[in-house]
Amino acid sequence: MAISDAIIGWKTLPFGGHVLEPGSTAKFKTGDWKSQRPVTDNSKCIKCGMCWIFCPEMAYQQTEEGFYVANLDYCKGCGICAHECPKGAITMIAEEGGKCQSA
Amino acid sequence: MSKRVGVEVSIAVADAVALARAEVISAYPITPQTHIVEHLSELVANGHLDAEFIPVESEHAAMSCACGSSAAGARTFTATSSQGLSLMSEILYHPGPMRLPIVMVVANRALAAPISIWNDHQDIMVQRDIGWIQTFAENGQEAVDLLLHAFRVAEDRRVALPFIVNIDGFTLSHVIEPIIMPDQEEVDRYIPPFKPRYKLDPRKPVSMGPVGIPEVYTEEKMAHNEALKASKRVILQGWKEFAEMFGRQYNPVEVYRTEDAETLLVTMGSISETAMTAVDEMRNAGKKVGLVRIRLWRPFPGPEFRKAIGKAKTLAVIDRCLPPGAVCGPVGAELRSLLYRVPGAPKIFSFVAGLGGRDVTVDRFKEIVDKAELYAKKRPVELYEVIGVREK
Amino acid sequence: MIPELEKFVGFSAKNLPKDEPLASGHRACQGCGEVLALRMVMKALGRDVIVCNATGCMEIVTSPFPQTAWNVPWIHIAFENAASVASGVEAARKVLARKGKISKRHVDILAVGGDGATGDIGLNWISGAMERGHDFLYVCLDNEAYMNTGVQRSGCTPYGAMTTTSPPGSQSFGQVTWKKNVPAIMAAHGIKYVATASPAYYLDLMNKVKKAAMVKGPAYVHIYSPCPTGWGSAGERSIEIARLVVETKVFPLYEVIDGKYIMSRKITKPKPVTEYLKTQRRFRHLKEEQINYIQARVDAEYEKLLKLSEM
Repeated sequence: MAISDAIIGWKTLPFGGHVLEPGSTAKFKTGDWKSQRPVTDNSKCIKCGMCWIFCPEMAYQQTEEGFYVANLDYCKGCGICAHECPKGAITMIAEEGGKCQSA
Repeated sequence: MSKRVGVEVSIAVADAVALARAEVISAYPITPQTHIVEHLSELVANGHLDAEFIPVESEHAAMSCACGSSAAGARTFTATSSQGLSLMSEILYHPGPMRLPIVMVVANRALAAPISIWNDHQDIMVQRDIGWIQTFAENGQEAVDLLLHAFRVAEDRRVALPFIVNIDGFTLSHVIEPIIMPDQEEVDRYIPPFKPRYKLDPRKPVSMGPVGIPEVYTEEKMAHNEALKASKRVILQGWKEFAEMFGRQYNPVEVYRTEDAETLLVTMGSISETAMTAVDEMRNAGKKVGLVRIRLWRPFPGPEFRKAIGKAKTLAVIDRCLPPGAVCGPVGAELRSLLYRVPGAPKIFSFVAGLGGRDVTVDRFKEIVDKAELYAKKRPVELYEVIGVREK
Repeated sequence: MIPELEKFVGFSAKNLPKDEPLASGHRACQGCGEVLALRMVMKALGRDVIVCNATGCMEIVTSPFPQTAWNVPWIHIAFENAASVASGVEAARKVLARKGKISKRHVDILAVGGDGATGDIGLNWISGAMERGHDFLYVCLDNEAYMNTGVQRSGCTPYGAMTTTSPPGSQSFGQVTWKKNVPAIMAAHGIKYVATASPAYYLDLMNKVKKAAMVKGPAYVHIYSPCPTGWGSAGERSIEIARLVVETKVFPLYEVIDGKYIMSRKITKPKPVTEYLKTQRRFRHLKEEQINYIQARVDAEYEKLLKLSEM
């Protein structure tokens, strides 16, 4: 857990207060922020990559076939991908207990 | 071979920065530091110093550029004074905790209001808590020597802290003094190349200056403070090496005729030399008086100061700034804290003198010693007294 | 034509870089348009870059100790001085390369700040850096208010917008002044490259950032960054809003190359500003009088730009 990683003593703090491990926020799974998640209907998908380029979380990855899949560990459920998909291939569905926003 | 020259102290300081092979100079002109900055830009322009001179648009920008430059791994220098030091105040607190070994000369000058271009210690006393190593020079030779020492110590991997050398504005910066200037080869042997532990480089990316969440802020401040305290060892080593190489020994606290002194004057900076003359005259008249000069201000050299005062009964501390509404001047307060409840500690009286360029003369020093001796017998109401102020 | 740009090859939808110099796990809000714009900036620049970040949303969400979202070297000093820090880095690397202490391989230096850091508190600092001619790129991520401290107005807050320090009330309709034209101030410094961009037009944005980085000397890119939290808009509409702002001529896209204005996109069939304004709660209180003024002023400013581009 990120905060617990910060409970370190002054003798073991990184020099200068720097963060020495690049890209370490990848350890923090922001996926639990979401109350809705994207689901792509590959039959409608034209592999244009809009979902990928417009994701603020860099959550989308391209599969070998060229489709795009959201990494739910980081997806915050903002819905930009579903809103921007030119083919309406992405639907936002509510997480359990969450209320779904219109896509 | 070192060479003895008669030169304006500012010019000598700039020459010393060049000898130290500073790589980035980002500075904004302000009286009385201007000659340092002007001469440095000349040295860069005529190819004498291979460096980048950044003519910044303000002192705040000067310190900001200095942070970027030091973080990128270059030997960085700047100089300022008074209002300029105040303007860069926000950024002065960054290089310490971030371990950026910037070296700065402050030409001490009074703070507005009212605006004054003349010498006192307000500008630097107000910045006591910035967490930089700080020394005070008494004359031109010291200005040069302490500056070379600053580069040597600040960049040492065990220290990696920013360093200020204080020189009295006008009183030192603008006088012509005989100074022994070392040569390049000697300085190259004294100051090794700057090899920072971390620097901004795509081959090894680090993030400098992240958020200091409550869980870690206290530890970060502690780490910085401990590093500052621990730097004394390297400061002393740096002076020892300097003495071995150049034959001039500097100490955190210097003493003058203190052996059997009952009353000691305590000074910092250029008034120390006047104080020495006053001590000589008072001694000739039979007074058992001596002088202690604080050279290392931060980290404060407690043990060395206690040793220096020996068995003296009274300290007459000169404060060159008047902190409004305070119980005591900053140096007086520091010493009172240091010696509180220490068995055999002397009585301490703080005298505010030399504000805004007013000279502290030999006669004033005699007046101060007389008053200190009087107060030693009968406690004054206030813990500090402003010397030489006209009521009407 | 700037000689360095002769070698410029633009990004296309087919050849977008896959690498992410910015890592996931950053703490930006859901649907944050600013972090998306920053992501695009970093993809355009790649990993041979040193980032000097001003205090603000991006700095905070990407550097939560003990983690960092940055896969490239990064430094944060204070709010107003990203341009100065970048100047120091640039000067240091110049002298270190000259002395053979670091490789002479070119590394881009990026200063990034919000509209507050750039156009208000840091205007002096960026002006100095631009005038001195350092080889660096300044990107302003403009979410039109001091968002990180709680949505207070900035010089770049648009006319009529509600913020916590320009709230509408009986005595005021919100922000009473027009948006400060920071790109014009930058262009007035005579730097070779100034551009505006919107994340909705990602190819245009990334190409402009790449060109700005290729230019020797200072370059400036001003990027419109939707903030659902501060604007009261739906997170999922951030890109739609970033598109509408261009289609309504509210935020025109252009470049100023060697002093010459070049429109990136001529909006021949503009949508009415109301279509843009109604997407955000910060404009909901506006009356017809203010909306008409906005439409008229948007049209006038656009005409001015067109005339500049025809010169």
